[in-house]
Amino acid sequence: MAQPRVIVIGAGPSGVRCAETLVAAGLRPIVVDENRRDGGQIYRRQPENFTRPYTKLYGTEAEKAQALHGSFEALRGKIDYLPETLAWNIAEGKVHVTSNGRTKALSYDALVICSGATDRLMPVKGWHYAGTYSLGASQIALKAQACAIGSQVVFMGSGPLLYLVASQYVKAGANVVAVLDTSPFMRRVAALPKLLARPDVLRNGFALVSSLKRAGVQVLTGITPLEIKGSPDAGVHGVVIRDSRGNERSFDCDAVAMGYHLRPETQLADLARCAFRFDHETRQWLPETGEDGRTSVPGVYLAGDGMKVLGADAAEIGGRLAAMAVLKDFKLPVAEDELQTLRKEQARMDRFRQGLVQAFPWPAQQAAQLPDEAIVCRCEAITVGELRRTVHEKGAQEANRAKALCRVGMGRCQGRYCGHAGAEIIAQAAGVQLEQVGRLRGQAPVKPLSMAVREEVE
Amino acid sequence: MSGQRADVIIVGGGIMGAASAFFLRKRGMSVILLERGLVGQQASGVNFGNTRRMGRPVDQLPLSNRARETWLKFNELFGEDVELLLNGHLRVGFTPAHEERMVKYTEDAKDFGLDMQMLSAKALHERFPYLGPELTAGCYAPHDGHANPRLAAPAIGRAAARAGAQVLENTDIVGVEKDGDEFRVTAADGRVFRAPVALITAGAWGNRISSSFGEPVPMIAKAPQMCVTEPVPYAIGPTVGAIADVFEQVVFFRQVARGNIVIGGGGHELADLENRRAYVNPSRTLYKLKNAPRVVPAFNHLSIIRVWSGIEGYMADSHPVMGASASVPGLYYAFGFSGEGFQLGPGVGDVMAELIHTGSTSTPIGHYHISRFAKQAAQAA
Repeated sequence: MAQPRVIVIGAGPSGVRCAETLVAAGLRPIVVDENRRDGGQIYRRQPENFTRPYTKLYGTEAEKAQALHGSFEALRGKIDYLPETLAWNIAEGKVHVTSNGRTKALSYDALVICSGATDRLMPVKGWHYAGTYSLGASQIALKAQACAIGSQVVFMGSGPLLYLVASQYVKAGANVVAVLDTSPFMRRVAALPKLLARPDVLRNGFALVSSLKRAGVQVLTGITPLEIKGSPDAGVHGVVIRDSRGNERSFDCDAVAMGYHLRPETQLADLARCAFRFDHETRQWLPETGEDGRTSVPGVYLAGDGMKVLGADAAEIGGRLAAMAVLKDFKLPVAEDELQTLRKEQARMDRFRQGLVQAFPWPAQQAAQLPDEAIVCRCEAITVGELRRTVHEKGAQEANRAKALCRVGMGRCQGRYCGHAGAEIIAQAAGVQLEQVGRLRGQAPVKPLSMAVREEVE
Repeated sequence: MSGQRADVIIVGGGIMGAASAFFLRKRGMSVILLERGLVGQQASGVNFGNTRRMGRPVDQLPLSNRARETWLKFNELFGEDVELLLNGHLRVGFTPAHEERMVKYTEDAKDFGLDMQMLSAKALHERFPYLGPELTAGCYAPHDGHANPRLAAPAIGRAAARAGAQVLENTDIVGVEKDGDEFRVTAADGRVFRAPVALITAGAWGNRISSSFGEPVPMIAKAPQMCVTEPVPYAIGPTVGAIADVFEQVVFFRQVARGNIVIGGGGHELADLENRRAYVNPSRTLYKLKNAPRVVPAFNHLSIIRVWSGIEGYMADSHPVMGASASVPGLYYAFGFSGEGFQLGPGVGDVMAELIHTGSTSTPIGHYHISRFAKQAAQAA
């Protein structure tokens, strides 16, 4: 048979390692990536004419970033690379991609979706004011635009990224006012046995926290976010929280970076009609995957944080595993011993992941405490109260029904940023289990598609 | 009143079933409305949202006008606002042949109160300056408009429940049978409902039930192909429909009060009745992106943020099935509205309630009787 045509979506850690493994097996994959340069989010590369060194840009992760970028450079000429290209739809065995005002449908024999993750967000009153960013966005500002999101920045939320980005900000010379973590300190202590699956990473984590403290940054754990203070005209001017002792405290700032660990970007898997399952551990719907990233749809594979949030190192492994699954399914030779080693390594990564989930839990309980006037869906400006009324007065108990009746999750982001919190609010208001609320059906386009786009035949 | 027994059982909780339940209650009859999923979830909830009369077959205009009376009293009758905007309907064409079609329709439908006005190219562009230069003529019906289909049927369903109808959602019906003088309606979970009258408003699934009574109809399930832009300042005014000689090139759009522009057209896909899923074919989205800017060139500055589809029942002759069964006393049908049922919905409920309650209707619906298919089959044989 002719060489199978493999499309890899994403050029982050998993996409690059996936492409590399496919190239090593003699294939020439197409790599579609939304960004201007390779590296994904965690190893996002600065624009060509920027000159900050790796150590400054990536801190503890500099070596890995450099290695991944180097590997990708070596693949040039051996792959068909489509940068600045958005995969906006998948239908009938074709990926629809758009770039530069054109759209075309690429057919594939195998598709590996390495779509990465974005911040998981829990609303707080005032989070719609200008100056509130996700952790990911604040990292993009630093890496790709060489600027901070504000002159006095508060980091609020939970998860390893909270500390990583805060420390990257400190390293870059930004003024970090405080790091406010909702996770109680004791949760982290309890998670230590699992986190010891990767002692080096754990050590890095401790080092990050102590470097923040050394830099004079206040680091609080076990906090409850109460409000982001601000105004529609002037944006954010402060954050109010309750600390672990129950005292209300305020911090002046002009920007807030928020995030509660990460959530996989699963719309492409959804459009490819992959089956999903409810993950009780992290309280969210995830694509069902079998060994090495195979999905319920033959020919469609997932790897990296877009499948399950395991972090960058595991994403590199996942990319290789998915490539091997593709090769195996095409009856092409695979190095069995390497495959076994990678699987074993991935199991260790998963143990560490469980530790992180335990140490930095999704603060589901906050949904019940949100005041009615807080906005839940920022795209459509729907308040928590409106969503609760939709449940109480119109009987909506399911995510898509609530969306149909009050527009929550109906806007530009299609619920990627409010969907999880919205589901918690519905479940709590309706008195049903979160699983029963279901998940918002993904619809094309994955991101807004210009009406000026014109079709090109492949 | 027994929970499992009523004067009328309605099978199918779309806009037709919900409105029928409401108006039957207004006439004092007891009603059980059975809906497999949630009220207004299928065709009633995913359609374009047009409440236009213009362009409908002339013999449908009396029914459409009756529906309009209900739409005008929507908030008062059903107690909720469903974003009804009466900013008129504008039909536009690209060729002299399109213009002729519009002129003819204006003449044919002149007695039905639509107050249509033909607009020359000059008048059209003066009045609607955002329209593209290729358009050569238009016809404007000032009283038509649009509403939000996601809200309308659920609102009517709630009003029916408040009026005393038993509205049972998540009730999948596996059998409708005549048992003596009564209908016996069985749910998948074993519940049984009985009534001397059954009204089938099961949309795309209507043919399954009519067939079980020996009255099959030529019908297919189609999936409309919709998309919506990001919100932009309100500028469009009327619902706009552009005539095209090729079906795929047809586009129509409306701007909702909060600013998003809903765009339909580009043809249909077939829908999957068995799995109750309907998908948007990306090529049909792209047809719309190609053709809509011919009508409004400024659309090229917008982005679409979402597409959707659903399941609609289309009759071979594009006319609905409405009226009493030809063979089973007490059995009534109102389904197969062929993509044009949203505006009619409240009127259909009103008419079906009148028919069931009094035995006749003040609005002519004889041409929609299910017996037309048996006659066609006999003629063909």
